[in-house]
This record gives sequence, structure tokens and C-alpha cells, in this order.
Amino acid sequence: MAAIAQPATSARFWRSLAILTLLLALFALLALWAGGRKLDLQALETDPVARVLFFRLRLPRVIMAGLVGSSLAVAGAALQALFRNPLADPATLGVSGGGAVGAALAIAFGWGERVTGVPVVFIMAFGGALAAFLLVHRISRSGSLLLPGALLLAGVVVNLIASAAVLTIQYVTDASRALQILRWIIGSLDVIGFDTIWRMLIFLIPCWLVLFAFARDLHLLAMGEDSAGALGVNVARCEVVVHLVCSLLVGVTVAVGGAIAFVGLIVPHAVRMLFGEDLRIVLPSSLLLGAAFLIAADTVARTLLDPNELPVGAITALLGGPAFLWLLHRRQRYSAL
Amino acid sequence: MNYLLEARAVEFRYHNGPPVIRGVSVAVPRGKLCALIGSNGCGKSTLVRMFAGLLVPQKGEMYLGGARLSEIPRREAAKQVGYVPQSSQLAFPFTVLEVVLTGRSPYTSRFRFENQLDRGRALQALEAVHAAHLASRRVTELSGGERQIVAVARALAQEPHCLLLDEPSAALDLKHRATLVRTLAAMRDSQNLTALVVTHDLHLIDPVFDHIFALRGGELAAEGKPADVLTDSVLADVYDDPFVRTRRIEGRTMIWSN
Repeated sequence: MAAIAQPATSARFWRSLAILTLLLALFALLALWAGGRKLDLQALETDPVARVLFFRLRLPRVIMAGLVGSSLAVAGAALQALFRNPLADPATLGVSGGGAVGAALAIAFGWGERVTGVPVVFIMAFGGALAAFLLVHRISRSGSLLLPGALLLAGVVVNLIASAAVLTIQYVTDASRALQILRWIIGSLDVIGFDTIWRMLIFLIPCWLVLFAFARDLHLLAMGEDSAGALGVNVARCEVVVHLVCSLLVGVTVAVGGAIAFVGLIVPHAVRMLFGEDLRIVLPSSLLLGAAFLIAADTVARTLLDPNELPVGAITALLGGPAFLWLLHRRQRYSAL
Repeated sequence: MNYLLEARAVEFRYHNGPPVIRGVSVAVPRGKLCALIGSNGCGKSTLVRMFAGLLVPQKGEMYLGGARLSEIPRREAAKQVGYVPQSSQLAFPFTVLEVVLTGRSPYTSRFRFENQLDRGRALQALEAVHAAHLASRRVTELSGGERQIVAVARALAQEPHCLLLDEPSAALDLKHRATLVRTLAAMRDSQNLTALVVTHDLHLIDPVFDHIFALRGGELAAEGKPADVLTDSVLADVYDDPFVRTRRIEGRTMIWSN
């Protein structure tokens, strides 16, 4: 029978995890090795400068790229399922834009301090992302229907408003902070030491786990809201949780790395093409491939024109933009568009 | 009489609009095929969605097996009631088997994948609607009718006592409409399946269906055996169309509007 040709879901799950973990390990090793100064294990043991360069700069940067990439990709995969729209991602829905406004405000007002250990930039970016999310969702919902055209259009408009707001904030704030905002908008994964990474992990790991716990619900929701509800999914609760979790993921990554476009769009699609549509496979696989992808993009960004560095956001957009257009071109495959 | 589904004096309105369902009381007997008929916009789909637990009435109460539907955990209700929505547009190219396997989700825990037993049940459900050959096709490549058959198979994979079908035959050709009705009748006879089917295919009702509920403007206008409801006068009232004509031929009721 034809159906037997499809391997069981659990087999595909483990196969995808194994392959992508290997890929991630390979890219991470390459990224640790490559750079203005190639990794030299002997020097690492004897030379304190080499040690500092490696442990305070290169290793944290690779980990940061992995964290940002995985978070954006897993958020993108969840959003595509929640909105039943293959073109949804934190950037196209305006969520990154909202987060950027929050973060720009925090920088402009010089709110460098922390509230009980949490940087204000995180909180503001989360607030901005959540606000954008709710706005776009509200506009695109009509009763129990999500209008795919309205969703993307609202995302575009929210993004335009957000970039205008960031520009305005830059204009009215003083020059040094405006420069800080500009540097941050371009997006960079430069990081010194592990402080920021620990602080991010406190937020990111619970978010990932919550999304994995909702993977089955998202899998059912991706096939339609009514059928998911009739199969026992609490649709309203799932929506609220995914909204909050994705806002937090996007807020934190935007606050740290700036708006890095298209990772959330192309990584889940690559995973789908490789391992199928099941969200219980797509979510964890997107996490791994997202990390691998951004680590690779960042390695290209810092080694291509060495010693000059390209903004990693430009690399992902240059790759992701054409991928987005290709998806649009193929959209007849997706009946909901 | 033993009733599986009941709506008692339910009222429903969307947001702050006018009531779509107005004080309707309906009792679906266990092990019977029931049709829900009425003109467009009369509240048929709303009533069925309330039975599926997707909408909660503002007044009155829904019952499943004698218990309040609102007090039954959703996943428990999903083991008893399968629902096939009016349209099943899919945004992603899932395979047919993947879609039908989701019918097993009320039986599998959050962190488990479906096992061989579930796969077997899903394939059986596909065979029951003569769609086993579609199993590895992508749903986005199927015709509207084929998608509807897949949605019915998913509901059957839930192994429900009761099926709620919202215009299941709308996109089906002549043969598949008849096949679907025959499958439902066979499951009623062999497994005591209960079904509530929203339909505009009035000529398919008699002689297979046991009971008809007719809605008009959000109220129950008529109910009874097919031969009693499918008459000129009742249908003229239900559809607000004086030109409706019926005639019984070879044990079936033919219906048309002049």
C-alpha cells in the first residue's frame, strides 16, 4: 500500500534531530575555527591573549549567533502554524519592528539599568513585539477566520510605522545615542563574555520548552482552527501562549542582536522540505537549523571581507529576500493564500 | 428514547449581532442518522458548531450523553464526537495520512507520536471512505471533493460514537455522495453510529436517514421522519418558497422548486 512508503513520524523525528545536530556541530566548529586569527589549539594553551580572544570573544559570539538564530527560526515555525500562513515570520508580521521600537526607546532614554536583573531593553522590546503582534492579529481576524492577505498587509504597515518611529526616535535623541541605535538596527552578534548570554538563556530556554509542549496543538492548528478545536485543542489558550512566547523570543533576540530578517521565514521552510510538515518535527528541527544557519551567516559576515565585518542582518536578508520571493512565486501550492 | 446529543433552549449570537439561534431545542437519538436542513444563513452550521463544542451558547445548554458539554474535557468529547467542517482549506502540503492521523490525537499524549495501532486505524478510516489510495498524496494537490472525503476519514479515525458533518457532500460528485451516505448508514447499522448531517441534498435523505430537523430563521421549524417533513407544505415554509414540489418515487422523495 502506498501509505506504508511513509516512514513513521517518530523515525523521521529522530532522523531529523540526528542530522541537524551533526550539521550544527559542524558549523559551530567551523565558526570557532575561522576568523582573522585561525584557531590554534596549541596557542590556546600557552598564549593568554589567544585564550581571551577565544573565550571572551569568539566562543560567546558563536553561541550568541546560535541562540538568536534558533529563537527566530522556532518562533517563525510556530507563527506560520498559528496563522496558517507560510509567509508569516517575526519580520513579515511586524513583530520584529514592534520590538525594535521598544528597544530604540529604551536606548534613547538611556535606560541601561535592570529591573531585578532584567535589562530594560529586553522588557521594552518584548512590550513592543507583543503590541505589534496583538495589533496585526486583531486586524487580520474576522470571526473565526484569519484573513491571510490582511495579516501580511497589516504586518507590512506595522513595519513601516515601526521604522518611521525608530527614525523619529533617532532624530530627536542626542547624537551618541542615535549612533548607538543605528549600530544596533544594523544588527550585530558582537558580544563580550557570557553575561548577556546567561541573561538571554533565562528567557529563551523556557520559551523553547513551552513551544515544544504546544507542538502537537500547533500541528493540529496548522490544519485549521475548527478541526483543531474539535480534536480537543484549546485554541484560545494556545493562541495566547504562542503570542506571549513568540513576543518574548523575538523581543529578547531583537534587543540583543537587532532586527535580523528572514531567519524565521526560510529556516522552517527548509526544514519542511527536508523532513516534512509535521510541526512536532518542524519546531525542534527549526531550532537546530536556525542556530546552524545564523552561525554560518555570521561566520561569512565576519570572514568574507576580513578584517572588515559585514552586518549579519544584511547576509540573512540577501539570502532570505530571494527565498521569500521564490515562495511568493510558488504560492499556488498554498491554497490559503 | 435515548438521546446522544441535546440542545436545550439554546440561543447564540455572534459578538453583539442579532441572535442566530433562537431558543432551539433539538435531541439527536443515539444510533440514528439525522439531517439538519434549512435555507442559507438559518443557523445550521452554528448549531452544529455548538454541538462540536466550538461555540458556546449564551443561553441554554448543550448535552452529550446526558452530561453538560461544557463540563466534559475537550479531549474526552473529541473521543466521542467527530466533526467535519464545511470547508477544509489547508495552507501547508501535509500528506493525507498525516491529516487523518491527527484524528488519533485525542488518544495520544502530548509528547508521544502515533504508534502502529494509530496508523492502522487511520488507514482503516481511509479505506472506509474508499480513499486509501490517497494516503501519501499531498492535501494541497487534492480536489475539493477529495479533501472533504479526507476530512471525513479524519473524523472516523477518532472512532467517535457520533459524527457531525457540515455539508459533507457539497463538493462531491454523484457517486461519492451516494457512497458517503451508504457508508454512514452501514456504520449506523454495524456500530450504532449517530450522525447529524447538515445538507442541501434533500433527495439523498429519504430513505436512508431516520430523522430530519428543519431550521428557519434560527428557530426549529419542523422535525420528524423524512416522509413527514419532506412535503410540499413543510418545505415551502422552511425554505420560504411556495414553488417547492415533492413527489415520492420508488420509496424516495424527489424535491425541486418550480
